[in-house]
Amino acid sequence: MFVPGNNPGMMADAHIYGPDSIMLDLEDSVTMAEKDAARLLVHNALKSIDYGDTEMVVRINPLSTPYGRKDVEAVVKAGVDVIRMPKTETADEVRELEAEIVKVEEELGCVGRTQIMAAIESALGVVNAYAIATASKRMMGIALGAEDYSANLKTQRTPGGAELLLAREQIVVAARAAGIACFDTVYSNLDDMETFRKEVELIKTLGFDGKSIINPRQIEVVNDVFAPTQKEIIKARTILAAIRDAQAKGSGVIAVNGKMVDRPVVIRAERTIALAIASGIISKEELQ
Amino acid sequence: MEIRNAVAGTLESGDILIQIAPASGEGLHIELDSSVQAQFGRQIRHLIQETLSGLGIQQADVKATDKGALDCTIRARVTAAAVRATGKDVWKD
Repeated sequence: MFVPGNNPGMMADAHIYGPDSIMLDLEDSVTMAEKDAARLLVHNALKSIDYGDTEMVVRINPLSTPYGRKDVEAVVKAGVDVIRMPKTETADEVRELEAEIVKVEEELGCVGRTQIMAAIESALGVVNAYAIATASKRMMGIALGAEDYSANLKTQRTPGGAELLLAREQIVVAARAAGIACFDTVYSNLDDMETFRKEVELIKTLGFDGKSIINPRQIEVVNDVFAPTQKEIIKARTILAAIRDAQAKGSGVIAVNGKMVDRPVVIRAERTIALAIASGIISKEELQ
Repeated sequence: MEIRNAVAGTLESGDILIQIAPASGEGLHIELDSSVQAQFGRQIRHLIQETLSGLGIQQADVKATDKGALDCTIRARVTAAAVRATGKDVWKD
Protein backbone atom coordinates (compact mmCIF):
# COMPACT_ATOMS: atom_id res chain seq x y z
CA MET A 1 0.00 0.00 0.00
CA PHE A 2 1.43 3.36 -1.06
CA VAL A 3 1.61 5.96 1.71
CA PRO A 4 2.81 9.52 1.00
CA GLY A 5 6.16 10.09 2.71
CA ASN A 6 5.22 13.60 3.75
CA ASN A 7 2.12 12.67 5.76
CA PRO A 8 3.07 11.64 9.31
CA GLY A 9 -0.53 10.87 10.31
CA MET A 10 -0.96 8.32 7.53
CA MET A 11 2.50 6.90 8.12
CA ALA A 12 1.70 6.27 11.77
CA ASP A 13 -1.63 4.54 11.08
CA ALA A 14 -1.05 2.64 7.82
CA HIS A 15 -0.17 -0.74 9.35
CA ILE A 16 -3.38 -0.83 11.40
CA TYR A 17 -5.27 -1.81 8.24
CA GLY A 18 -3.13 -4.91 7.74
CA PRO A 19 -1.50 -4.48 4.31
CA ASP A 20 1.20 -7.06 3.53
CA SER A 21 3.57 -4.29 2.62
CA ILE A 22 3.74 -0.53 3.18
CA MET A 23 5.43 1.58 0.52
CA LEU A 24 6.42 4.98 1.90
CA ASP A 25 6.71 7.29 -1.07
CA LEU A 26 9.41 9.91 -1.52
CA GLU A 27 8.82 10.31 -5.24
CA ASP A 28 5.63 11.40 -7.00
CA SER A 29 3.52 12.21 -3.92
CA VAL A 30 6.13 14.63 -2.52
CA THR A 31 6.72 18.10 -4.01
CA MET A 32 10.29 19.16 -4.73
CA ALA A 33 10.14 21.74 -1.93
CA GLU A 34 9.32 19.02 0.61
CA LYS A 35 11.75 16.27 -0.51
CA ASP A 36 14.20 17.06 2.33
CA ALA A 37 11.50 17.02 5.03
CA ALA A 38 9.81 13.85 3.71
CA ARG A 39 13.15 12.02 3.66
CA LEU A 40 13.64 12.87 7.35
CA LEU A 41 10.07 11.83 8.21
CA VAL A 42 10.48 8.47 6.48
CA HIS A 43 13.89 7.89 8.09
CA ASN A 44 12.60 8.61 11.58
CA ALA A 45 9.34 6.68 11.09
CA LEU A 46 11.22 3.56 9.94
CA LYS A 47 13.49 3.78 12.96
CA SER A 48 10.77 4.37 15.53
CA ILE A 49 7.35 3.05 14.52
CA ASP A 50 6.69 -0.64 15.23
CA TYR A 51 5.24 -1.89 11.94
CA GLY A 52 5.28 -5.49 13.16
CA ASP A 53 5.63 -8.07 10.38
CA THR A 54 4.61 -5.60 7.66
CA GLU A 55 7.21 -5.46 4.91
CA MET A 56 8.56 -1.91 4.70
CA VAL A 57 9.36 -0.51 1.27
CA VAL A 58 10.39 3.02 0.32
CA ARG A 59 9.99 4.39 -3.19
CA ILE A 60 12.99 6.64 -3.66
CA ASN A 61 13.58 9.35 -6.24
CA PRO A 62 15.60 8.36 -9.32
CA LEU A 63 19.38 8.47 -8.82
CA SER A 64 19.53 10.92 -11.72
CA THR A 65 17.82 13.56 -9.54
CA PRO A 66 19.52 15.51 -6.72
CA TYR A 67 17.42 13.52 -4.21
CA GLY A 68 18.03 9.85 -5.07
CA ARG A 69 21.38 9.24 -3.34
CA LYS A 70 20.32 11.00 -0.15
CA ASP A 71 17.13 8.91 -0.16
CA VAL A 72 19.21 5.72 -0.35
CA GLU A 73 21.42 6.81 2.55
CA ALA A 74 18.43 7.81 4.69
CA VAL A 75 16.38 4.66 4.21
CA VAL A 76 19.24 2.14 4.36
CA LYS A 77 20.43 3.75 7.60
CA ALA A 78 16.88 3.36 8.95
CA GLY A 79 16.85 -0.37 8.11
CA VAL A 80 14.27 -0.45 5.29
CA ASP A 81 13.47 -3.93 3.93
CA VAL A 82 13.13 -2.99 0.26
CA ILE A 83 13.97 0.04 -1.90
CA ARG A 84 11.63 0.56 -4.82
CA MET A 85 13.43 2.08 -7.73
CA PRO A 86 11.13 4.14 -9.96
CA LYS A 87 11.18 4.34 -13.76
CA THR A 88 13.70 1.53 -14.21
CA GLU A 89 14.72 1.06 -17.82
CA THR A 90 17.99 -0.89 -17.79
CA ALA A 91 19.92 -3.43 -15.73
CA ASP A 92 22.73 -0.87 -15.34
CA GLU A 93 20.39 1.38 -13.37
CA VAL A 94 19.73 -1.47 -10.93
CA ARG A 95 23.47 -2.08 -10.56
CA GLU A 96 24.02 1.64 -9.96
CA LEU A 97 21.43 1.57 -7.17
CA GLU A 98 23.02 -1.56 -5.73
CA ALA A 99 26.40 0.19 -5.60
CA GLU A 100 24.84 3.08 -3.67
CA ILE A 101 23.20 0.67 -1.24
CA VAL A 102 26.48 -1.21 -0.72
CA LYS A 103 28.29 2.06 0.11
CA VAL A 104 25.87 2.76 2.97
CA GLU A 105 25.66 -0.86 4.13
CA GLU A 106 29.47 -1.09 4.31
CA GLU A 107 29.50 1.96 6.54
CA LEU A 108 26.89 0.28 8.78
CA GLY A 109 28.43 -3.20 8.60
CA CYS A 110 25.32 -4.87 7.20
CA VAL A 111 26.14 -5.65 3.55
CA GLY A 112 23.33 -7.54 1.80
CA ARG A 113 20.47 -6.43 4.06
CA THR A 114 18.51 -4.24 1.66
CA GLN A 115 16.48 -5.70 -1.20
CA ILE A 116 15.48 -3.99 -4.45
CA MET A 117 12.16 -3.80 -6.28
CA ALA A 118 12.24 -2.21 -9.71
CA ALA A 119 9.25 -0.35 -11.09
CA ILE A 120 8.93 -0.69 -14.84
CA GLU A 121 7.15 2.35 -16.25
CA SER A 122 8.19 2.67 -19.90
CA ALA A 123 8.34 0.72 -23.15
CA LEU A 124 12.13 0.39 -22.79
CA GLY A 125 11.68 -0.96 -19.26
CA VAL A 126 9.22 -3.58 -20.51
CA VAL A 127 11.58 -4.62 -23.31
CA ASN A 128 14.40 -5.00 -20.74
CA ALA A 129 12.24 -6.63 -18.04
CA TYR A 130 14.24 -9.87 -17.75
CA ALA A 131 17.60 -8.08 -17.72
CA ILE A 132 16.28 -5.80 -14.97
CA ALA A 133 14.86 -8.74 -12.99
CA THR A 134 18.22 -10.53 -13.05
CA ALA A 135 20.48 -7.50 -12.62
CA SER A 136 21.19 -8.13 -8.94
CA LYS A 137 20.83 -10.82 -6.29
CA ARG A 138 18.99 -8.19 -4.26
CA MET A 139 16.12 -8.08 -6.74
CA MET A 140 13.01 -9.31 -4.90
CA GLY A 141 10.45 -8.18 -7.45
CA ILE A 142 9.47 -6.10 -10.43
CA ALA A 143 6.35 -3.99 -10.65
CA LEU A 144 4.38 -2.26 -13.34
CA GLY A 145 3.83 1.49 -13.09
CA ALA A 146 0.98 1.96 -15.53
CA GLU A 147 0.43 5.72 -15.57
CA ASP A 148 3.88 6.60 -16.91
CA TYR A 149 3.89 3.48 -19.09
CA SER A 150 0.58 4.40 -20.78
CA ALA A 151 1.82 7.94 -21.38
CA ASN A 152 5.05 6.57 -22.84
CA LEU A 153 3.03 4.33 -25.19
CA LYS A 154 1.05 7.40 -26.28
CA THR A 155 -2.20 5.91 -25.06
CA GLN A 156 -4.28 6.07 -21.92
CA ARG A 157 -5.61 3.67 -19.31
CA THR A 158 -8.94 2.01 -19.98
CA PRO A 159 -11.17 -0.05 -17.65
CA GLY A 160 -10.38 -3.27 -19.57
CA GLY A 161 -6.64 -2.62 -19.52
CA ALA A 162 -5.99 -3.74 -23.13
CA GLU A 163 -3.16 -1.20 -23.35
CA LEU A 164 -1.34 -2.90 -20.45
CA LEU A 165 -1.69 -6.52 -21.52
CA LEU A 166 1.71 -6.99 -23.14
CA ALA A 167 3.53 -5.18 -20.31
CA ARG A 168 1.74 -7.22 -17.66
CA GLU A 169 2.48 -10.53 -19.37
CA GLN A 170 6.09 -9.56 -20.06
CA ILE A 171 6.61 -8.58 -16.42
CA VAL A 172 5.09 -11.82 -15.09
CA VAL A 173 7.15 -13.92 -17.50
CA ALA A 174 10.37 -12.02 -16.70
CA ALA A 175 9.76 -12.32 -12.95
CA ARG A 176 9.03 -16.04 -13.14
CA ALA A 177 12.07 -16.67 -15.34
CA ALA A 178 14.19 -14.78 -12.80
CA GLY A 179 12.55 -16.47 -9.81
CA ILE A 180 11.36 -13.24 -8.20
CA ALA A 181 7.97 -11.68 -7.42
CA CYS A 182 5.85 -9.42 -9.61
CA PHE A 183 3.34 -6.77 -8.61
CA ASP A 184 0.69 -5.00 -10.63
CA THR A 185 0.10 -1.28 -10.86
CA VAL A 186 -2.33 0.82 -8.80
CA TYR A 187 -5.96 1.46 -9.66
CA SER A 188 -6.73 4.98 -8.55
CA ASN A 189 -10.52 5.37 -8.92
CA LEU A 190 -11.70 4.62 -5.39
CA ASP A 191 -15.34 5.13 -6.36
CA ASP A 192 -15.30 2.24 -8.82
CA MET A 193 -14.65 -0.87 -6.74
CA GLU A 194 -16.31 -3.10 -9.33
CA THR A 195 -13.75 -2.32 -12.03
CA PHE A 196 -11.02 -2.55 -9.39
CA ARG A 197 -12.16 -6.09 -8.48
CA LYS A 198 -12.20 -7.11 -12.16
CA GLU A 199 -8.68 -5.76 -12.56
CA VAL A 200 -7.47 -7.73 -9.51
CA GLU A 201 -9.11 -10.88 -10.91
CA LEU A 202 -7.39 -10.28 -14.24
CA ILE A 203 -3.91 -9.78 -12.78
CA LYS A 204 -4.30 -12.81 -10.52
CA THR A 205 -5.14 -14.89 -13.60
CA LEU A 206 -2.09 -13.47 -15.41
CA GLY A 207 0.10 -14.74 -12.55
CA PHE A 208 0.93 -11.64 -10.50
CA ASP A 209 1.81 -12.06 -6.81
CA GLY A 210 -0.10 -8.97 -5.73
CA LYS A 211 -1.34 -5.52 -6.53
CA SER A 212 -0.19 -2.10 -5.41
CA ILE A 213 -2.95 -0.10 -3.77
CA ILE A 214 -3.44 3.50 -2.73
CA ASN A 215 -6.12 3.21 -0.04
CA PRO A 216 -6.92 0.81 2.84
CA ARG A 217 -10.40 0.30 1.30
CA GLN A 218 -8.76 -1.68 -1.50
CA ILE A 219 -7.07 -4.23 0.83
CA GLU A 220 -10.16 -6.34 1.38
CA VAL A 221 -10.85 -6.74 -2.35
CA VAL A 222 -7.28 -7.82 -3.13
CA ASN A 223 -7.21 -10.30 -0.22
CA ASP A 224 -10.63 -11.60 -1.21
CA VAL A 225 -9.60 -12.24 -4.82
CA PHE A 226 -6.22 -13.75 -3.95
CA ALA A 227 -7.46 -15.90 -1.04
CA PRO A 228 -8.01 -19.54 -2.07
CA THR A 229 -11.42 -21.15 -1.43
CA GLN A 230 -11.91 -23.85 1.22
CA LYS A 231 -12.29 -26.41 -1.57
CA GLU A 232 -8.96 -25.37 -3.09
CA ILE A 233 -7.25 -25.50 0.31
CA ILE A 234 -8.59 -28.99 1.09
CA LYS A 235 -7.47 -30.22 -2.32
CA ALA A 236 -4.01 -28.69 -1.87
CA ARG A 237 -3.60 -30.19 1.60
CA THR A 238 -4.66 -33.62 0.31
CA ILE A 239 -2.08 -33.44 -2.49
CA LEU A 240 0.73 -32.31 -0.19
CA ALA A 241 -0.16 -35.03 2.36
CA ALA A 242 -0.11 -37.65 -0.40
CA ILE A 243 3.30 -36.37 -1.52
CA ARG A 244 4.67 -36.61 2.02
CA ASP A 245 3.34 -40.19 2.35
CA ALA A 246 4.80 -41.16 -1.01
CA GLN A 247 8.18 -39.69 -0.08
CA ALA A 248 8.13 -41.55 3.25
CA LYS A 249 7.44 -44.82 1.41
CA GLY A 250 10.02 -44.05 -1.27
CA SER A 251 7.36 -44.14 -3.99
CA GLY A 252 7.97 -42.05 -7.11
CA VAL A 253 4.61 -41.65 -8.79
CA ILE A 254 1.43 -40.93 -6.83
CA ALA A 255 -2.24 -40.37 -7.58
CA VAL A 256 -4.92 -38.45 -5.70
CA ASN A 257 -8.57 -39.24 -6.44
CA GLY A 258 -7.46 -41.25 -9.43
CA LYS A 259 -5.41 -38.43 -10.99
CA MET A 260 -1.67 -38.50 -11.28
CA VAL A 261 0.08 -35.83 -9.23
CA ASP A 262 3.01 -34.38 -11.13
CA ARG A 263 5.36 -31.49 -10.38
CA PRO A 264 3.11 -28.59 -11.63
CA VAL A 265 0.25 -29.91 -9.49
CA VAL A 266 2.49 -29.90 -6.42
CA ILE A 267 3.74 -26.38 -7.18
CA ARG A 268 0.14 -25.12 -7.49
CA ALA A 269 -0.81 -26.86 -4.22
CA GLU A 270 2.15 -25.24 -2.43
CA ARG A 271 1.16 -21.82 -3.78
CA THR A 272 -2.46 -22.35 -2.66
CA ILE A 273 -1.27 -23.11 0.87
CA ALA A 274 1.13 -20.14 0.83
CA LEU A 275 -1.75 -17.84 -0.23
CA ALA A 276 -4.03 -19.34 2.43
CA ILE A 277 -1.40 -18.58 5.09
CA ALA A 278 -0.81 -15.08 3.70
CA SER A 279 -4.57 -14.43 3.72
CA GLY A 280 -4.84 -15.60 7.33
CA ILE A 281 -7.22 -18.46 6.48
CA ILE A 282 -4.90 -21.07 7.96
CA SER A 283 -1.86 -20.73 10.19
CA LYS A 284 1.56 -22.33 9.81
CA GLU A 285 0.92 -24.15 13.09
CA GLU A 286 -2.17 -25.83 11.64
CA LEU A 287 -0.01 -27.41 8.97
CA GLN A 288 2.30 -29.12 11.47
CA MET B 1 26.22 28.84 13.82
CA GLU B 2 24.31 31.25 11.59
CA ILE B 3 20.54 30.76 11.71
CA ARG B 4 18.04 31.98 9.11
CA ASN B 5 14.27 31.97 9.48
CA ALA B 6 13.00 28.53 8.52
CA VAL B 7 9.84 26.44 8.76
CA ALA B 8 9.07 22.71 8.54
CA GLY B 9 5.94 20.65 9.13
CA THR B 10 2.23 21.34 8.86
CA LEU B 11 -0.80 21.92 11.04
CA GLU B 12 -2.42 18.63 10.01
CA SER B 13 -3.39 16.08 12.62
CA GLY B 14 -0.41 13.96 13.69
CA ASP B 15 2.09 16.62 12.58
CA ILE B 16 3.94 19.54 14.17
CA LEU B 17 4.89 22.91 12.67
CA ILE B 18 8.37 24.09 13.65
CA GLN B 19 9.46 27.68 13.06
CA ILE B 20 13.08 28.60 13.77
CA ALA B 21 14.40 32.16 13.93
CA PRO B 22 17.70 33.77 14.98
CA ALA B 23 17.97 33.99 18.78
CA SER B 24 16.53 37.13 20.31
CA GLY B 25 18.34 36.39 23.60
CA GLU B 26 20.72 33.86 25.10
CA GLY B 27 20.36 30.12 24.43
CA LEU B 28 17.37 28.25 23.05
CA HIS B 29 13.95 29.76 23.55
CA ILE B 30 11.12 27.30 22.82
CA GLU B 31 7.50 28.42 22.61
CA LEU B 32 5.17 25.41 22.50
CA ASP B 33 1.49 25.29 21.61
CA SER B 34 0.10 21.77 21.95
CA SER B 35 -3.25 20.17 22.64
CA VAL B 36 -1.37 17.69 24.84
CA GLN B 37 0.70 20.38 26.58
CA ALA B 38 -0.33 19.34 30.11
CA GLN B 39 0.64 15.69 29.62
CA PHE B 40 3.55 15.85 27.19
CA GLY B 41 4.69 19.50 27.13
CA ARG B 42 7.92 18.83 29.02
CA GLN B 43 8.74 15.81 26.92
CA ILE B 44 8.14 17.67 23.64
CA ARG B 45 10.32 20.62 24.74
CA HIS B 46 13.06 18.24 25.82
CA LEU B 47 12.92 16.42 22.48
CA ILE B 48 13.14 19.69 20.52
CA GLN B 49 16.09 20.84 22.62
CA GLU B 50 17.87 17.50 22.38
CA THR B 51 17.43 17.35 18.58
CA LEU B 52 18.71 20.90 18.06
CA SER B 53 21.67 20.35 20.39
CA GLY B 54 22.55 17.19 18.46
CA LEU B 55 22.75 19.37 15.34
CA GLY B 56 24.96 21.91 17.09
CA ILE B 57 22.27 24.58 17.50
CA GLN B 58 22.53 26.16 20.96
CA GLN B 59 20.96 29.55 20.19
CA ALA B 60 17.67 30.09 18.41
CA ASP B 61 14.04 31.05 18.90
CA VAL B 62 11.74 28.11 18.20
CA LYS B 63 7.98 28.16 17.88
CA ALA B 64 6.35 24.71 17.85
CA THR B 65 2.65 24.16 17.07
CA ASP B 66 1.90 20.52 17.83
CA LYS B 67 -1.08 18.59 16.49
CA GLY B 68 -0.45 15.33 18.29
CA ALA B 69 2.82 14.38 16.55
CA LEU B 70 4.73 11.21 17.50
CA ASP B 71 8.28 11.63 18.83
CA CYS B 72 9.73 10.45 15.50
CA THR B 73 7.72 13.14 13.67
CA ILE B 74 8.86 15.84 16.09
CA ARG B 75 12.48 14.78 15.63
CA ALA B 76 12.07 14.77 11.81
CA ARG B 77 10.37 18.18 11.66
CA VAL B 78 12.86 19.84 14.03
CA THR B 79 15.75 18.40 12.01
CA ALA B 80 14.18 19.58 8.72
CA ALA B 81 13.67 23.10 10.09
CA ALA B 82 17.24 23.14 11.46
CA VAL B 83 18.71 21.97 8.15
CA ARG B 84 16.78 24.68 6.33
CA ALA B 85 17.82 27.29 8.92
CA THR B 86 21.53 26.47 8.76
CA GLY B 87 21.88 25.14 5.21
CA LYS B 88 23.82 22.18 6.70
CA ASP B 89 22.35 18.84 5.59
CA VAL B 90 22.49 15.66 7.67
CA TRP B 91 23.06 13.45 4.60
CA LYS B 92 26.16 13.19 2.45
CA ASP B 93 26.14 15.06 -0.88
